[in-house]
Amino acid sequence: MTLVWLILIPFIGGLLCWQAERWGGMAPRWIALGTMGLVLLITLGLWFQGEYHLPDPTAASEAVRWSMEWRTAWIPRFGIEVHLALDGLSLVLIALTGFLGVLAVLCSWNEIVRRVGFFHLNLLWILGGVVGVFLAIDLFLFFFFWEMMLVPMYFLIALWGHSGSEGKTRITAATKFFIYTQASGLLMLVAILGLVFVHHANTGEYTFSYDALRNTPLSDDLAMWLMLGFFIAFAVKLPVVPLHGWLPDAHAQAPTAGSVDLAGILLKTAAYGMLRFALPLFPEASQAFAPVAMALGLVGIFYGAVLACGQHDVKRLIAYTSISHMGFVLIGIYAGTELALQGVVMLMVAHAFSAAGLFILSGQLYERLHTRDMREMGGLWGRLGSLPGFTLCFSAASLGMPGTANFIGEFMVLFGSFPVAPWTVAIASAGLILAAVYSLLLMQRVHFGPAQDDAPLAGLDRREFLMMLGLLALVLLFGLYPQLLLNTTDAAMLEVQRLFGAADALSTTLPMGVS
Amino acid sequence: MSLFLPLTFLLPLAGTLILSLSRGRLGEADSAWVGVSSVGLAAVITALLTWTYLVSPGTYEVTLWTWIAVGDFQPTIGLALDGLSLTMLGIITGVGFLIHLFAAWYMRGESGITRFYAYMNLFVFSMILLVLGDNLLLLFLGWEGVGLCSYLLIGYYYQTAANGWAAFKAFIVTRIGDVFLAIGLFLLFRELGTLDISELLERAPQVWAEGDATVELAALLLLGGALGKSAQLPLHTWLADAMAGPTPVSALIHAATMVTAGVYLIARLHGIFLLAPGALYLTGVIGALTLLLAGFAALAQTDIKRVLAYSTMSQIGYMFLALGVGAFDAAIFHLMTHAFFKALLFLSAGAVIVSCHHEQDMRRLGGLWRRLPLAYGGFVVGGAALAALPLVTAGFYSKDEILFQALLAGHGGLMLAGLIGAFLTSIYTVRLIINTFHGEPKSDNARHAEPGRGLVHGAPLVVLAILSTFLGAWITPPLQGVLPAAEEAGHGGALALEIVAAGVALAGIALAAWLFLARRAWLRERVAQGWGARLRTLWYAAWGFDAFFDRTLVKPYQGMVKWLRSDLLDRTFARVAWLAGLLHQGLSRTQTGRLRWYATTMVVGATVVVLLLTLGA
Repeated sequence: MTLVWLILIPFIGGLLCWQAERWGGMAPRWIALGTMGLVLLITLGLWFQGEYHLPDPTAASEAVRWSMEWRTAWIPRFGIEVHLALDGLSLVLIALTGFLGVLAVLCSWNEIVRRVGFFHLNLLWILGGVVGVFLAIDLFLFFFFWEMMLVPMYFLIALWGHSGSEGKTRITAATKFFIYTQASGLLMLVAILGLVFVHHANTGEYTFSYDALRNTPLSDDLAMWLMLGFFIAFAVKLPVVPLHGWLPDAHAQAPTAGSVDLAGILLKTAAYGMLRFALPLFPEASQAFAPVAMALGLVGIFYGAVLACGQHDVKRLIAYTSISHMGFVLIGIYAGTELALQGVVMLMVAHAFSAAGLFILSGQLYERLHTRDMREMGGLWGRLGSLPGFTLCFSAASLGMPGTANFIGEFMVLFGSFPVAPWTVAIASAGLILAAVYSLLLMQRVHFGPAQDDAPLAGLDRREFLMMLGLLALVLLFGLYPQLLLNTTDAAMLEVQRLFGAADALSTTLPMGVS
Repeated sequence: MSLFLPLTFLLPLAGTLILSLSRGRLGEADSAWVGVSSVGLAAVITALLTWTYLVSPGTYEVTLWTWIAVGDFQPTIGLALDGLSLTMLGIITGVGFLIHLFAAWYMRGESGITRFYAYMNLFVFSMILLVLGDNLLLLFLGWEGVGLCSYLLIGYYYQTAANGWAAFKAFIVTRIGDVFLAIGLFLLFRELGTLDISELLERAPQVWAEGDATVELAALLLLGGALGKSAQLPLHTWLADAMAGPTPVSALIHAATMVTAGVYLIARLHGIFLLAPGALYLTGVIGALTLLLAGFAALAQTDIKRVLAYSTMSQIGYMFLALGVGAFDAAIFHLMTHAFFKALLFLSAGAVIVSCHHEQDMRRLGGLWRRLPLAYGGFVVGGAALAALPLVTAGFYSKDEILFQALLAGHGGLMLAGLIGAFLTSIYTVRLIINTFHGEPKSDNARHAEPGRGLVHGAPLVVLAILSTFLGAWITPPLQGVLPAAEEAGHGGALALEIVAAGVALAGIALAAWLFLARRAWLRERVAQGWGARLRTLWYAAWGFDAFFDRTLVKPYQGMVKWLRSDLLDRTFARVAWLAGLLHQGLSRTQTGRLRWYATTMVVGATVVVLLLTLGA
């Protein structure tokens, strides 16, 4: 039942926030904070109680190891169940959701003044949907949550967003976000249904169950098409260039909390989907597709980095860096070695922290300067208290400075992928140079150079300071002692590696084409 | 040992944390106290460690915790102290402490001194990790950490945009090298299955034969990393601009310690380079080229610090040359003496700069020797060591060792380059001293120079001056057993070479003294026009590497950024929306509301359908 509560708490909390607005603006904030704090606490409790570490890596069992499971029938006629399960990977990502949820509430404390209750309803429902995505292993239920988290996000951008830098309205951004993800989600639905029908044709039973569908025998061509259905849905969300168009607009126009959720968690649902569904359901097709996926990852790294250098809007810059970082994630996923996959998880968490940090900081900057245009900034170092120092730290994390979690993630991905694809890794490493270029450009344009005005601006207050310090502490903690996280996800990642690796052995004997 | 060894870097780290978390509550004096004493204590501990080590030599290992453990990938946070890392540790904390102390004088009255010491302590922390790390990933942590601190300190005076860009350039150029190093690590791990340095050195000869293509590639990649950090061709362009930082920073980071990290890396991984003779030879050739090109560039600079910067590149070129001929211990010996005399030169330059109200252009200095005797003394002693004045200076012994080893290894060409470089060194050193301290003061700032006072100012200069003489050369780095033993100096050849080298140095000094004192007018005329002027411009621009990279790399990248700025791919997708809009408009055009139009289209449609049906059947 704990798993069900993990999903229900944010939804109920959201409704409470909405209703609590009648007692003033503070009530929804506190309720939302309490709700996400509760989710975080429950997850941490599960983390410390449960056993996710694989004592003996060689003893990977055939069946998927779930640490917790909960199932009940939903639409029995089609074999649709409410089937939730938790392993190390989902646990880590739910903990991340809880933590960033708390941050999202905190960073909106002063920013959101209109319709506070409804804002928090949307915020919490997004988070609830995300938790659902991380727990659902019935494919229909997964699709349900996948689509569900879009709607409140749409409202978040459309109702509380900023207008864009180039005359784009927040409505356009929200619509673009919705159409991109909705259209790609439909492809996934088709792929899910295709898989279910094939399974039905083989066995005569309708089921959406992950474990049952995983062993469906498929022809190579069909597997490739179905896999592409999943891949494209996830590729839009990750995002993979050239399907990234929604991201910079959505980020730039979303309120800070929206950006934090988008970069920190929503993008991660895509990587999670690849690790949980695309690879295990279609190992051979994924293996055959891996070179293409890695090439797309490379394109993303460089395209995102080059575009980040050209932005004037701070938030757009950070948005494009996300695209660049997700390129490393994509390469790591399709390299498929244990080291690379563990690195992917680390990088996902690390990027969530560093991007959230930078987005919150640019939100704080906006609250003080009322602009996001870097051409109107410069020389802010001495005027903003500790804000520039934090920006420096998170920029350093973003460029992969050793000692930060980002370094661990990126380098594990690169170390792990090198034996599989040395040239891809060598080229991707050059992306580290561009990462330094855009991160330091941000520092140079915003904080260094001659000051445009001498009047000191408000430094960080206690709430803001503690938020940033907490984030930074986590970045450093996972940078210096990543085993905390790696021990939790190793069983889950080894399982992915086992499935994917087995397909590798197969595909070397049976060459397969894309067509 | 297991307690004291981590303290060497934990103390500077504590200093950084105290300073950066103070949030402005510490005053100037308190900040300086924290910053200087943390490194001072680290130096005391290093002295204790040295004593322990000398009593019972060996390799001391302390593993703090396992950093990452995934499959075979098991890098630790582990330290290893042997003769090589002890030598480096001594330089970092010893010279580092003196420079921190001097900085308390140099930086007084500047705003943000807390920030300055926080960065400086963080630098010492990272640099110590770099030399103590027992595996390449931890070394890489230190390697990147010192790069970050270098960036922060070059851009310390952030309000001038140019400083920020100089820092930016330094970070990016070294980062290019770092990427090579990183790929080198990926390759080493794939081939040897470990990143632990001692295991690497053990396994490398078992896996690779000498000259194997893979080990050559690995060595070349490591060399790429070393070139960036140590400002060697072609990744050397950042160092001269790095002089934008406060002068103590130039002394510590851009002369004594960080820029020698590349030398340390190659010496540390000598086992791999010895298996890769091609890469090793290239190391020597690059060193020789750099020492020559930088030597010529130093001849034409007008800024005191830029002269010293090019001379640093040139001296590190000597170290690379030594590495290239397999004389690893000679490279480390020169690294040590260079740390002494170059730190002395930079601190003396700092003394001149502050005394002359932040004037550092030699064309506006001059005649300072009477007003600034201590700085003058520092320049003379340091300059003599730099020019390798025979017998009395530390630089003579270390440089001579390099040339001799090059000759022994049969690399006559490299040795010749070293000799020419020595000649150039003498000339630019004498030029620097004469232009700065002799003749008439050429500006009010020089005329009203105020000499520095106090122990904080004087003590570091005096100590470093003593270390720059032959007394410093008596310190023998305990490298036996760590690095392959150098061939014993056969006395006849060594003596002959010593005499030649001494002659070259003296000839350079004499020529320069004659040129800059007696034939000044003639020289000025020469460089004002024709070939002289052209050479001078070329050397002043350090052979035009900056312009070349600007045209081939920076400008095209900026062009690409500009071209892609509006996200071209996204624009393509916007076409889909545009097409849908077009379709919508086209279709809604047919909804005219006029009966006549509907009737016509209905008839036409029906006719077409009937026709198709009949023709199809």
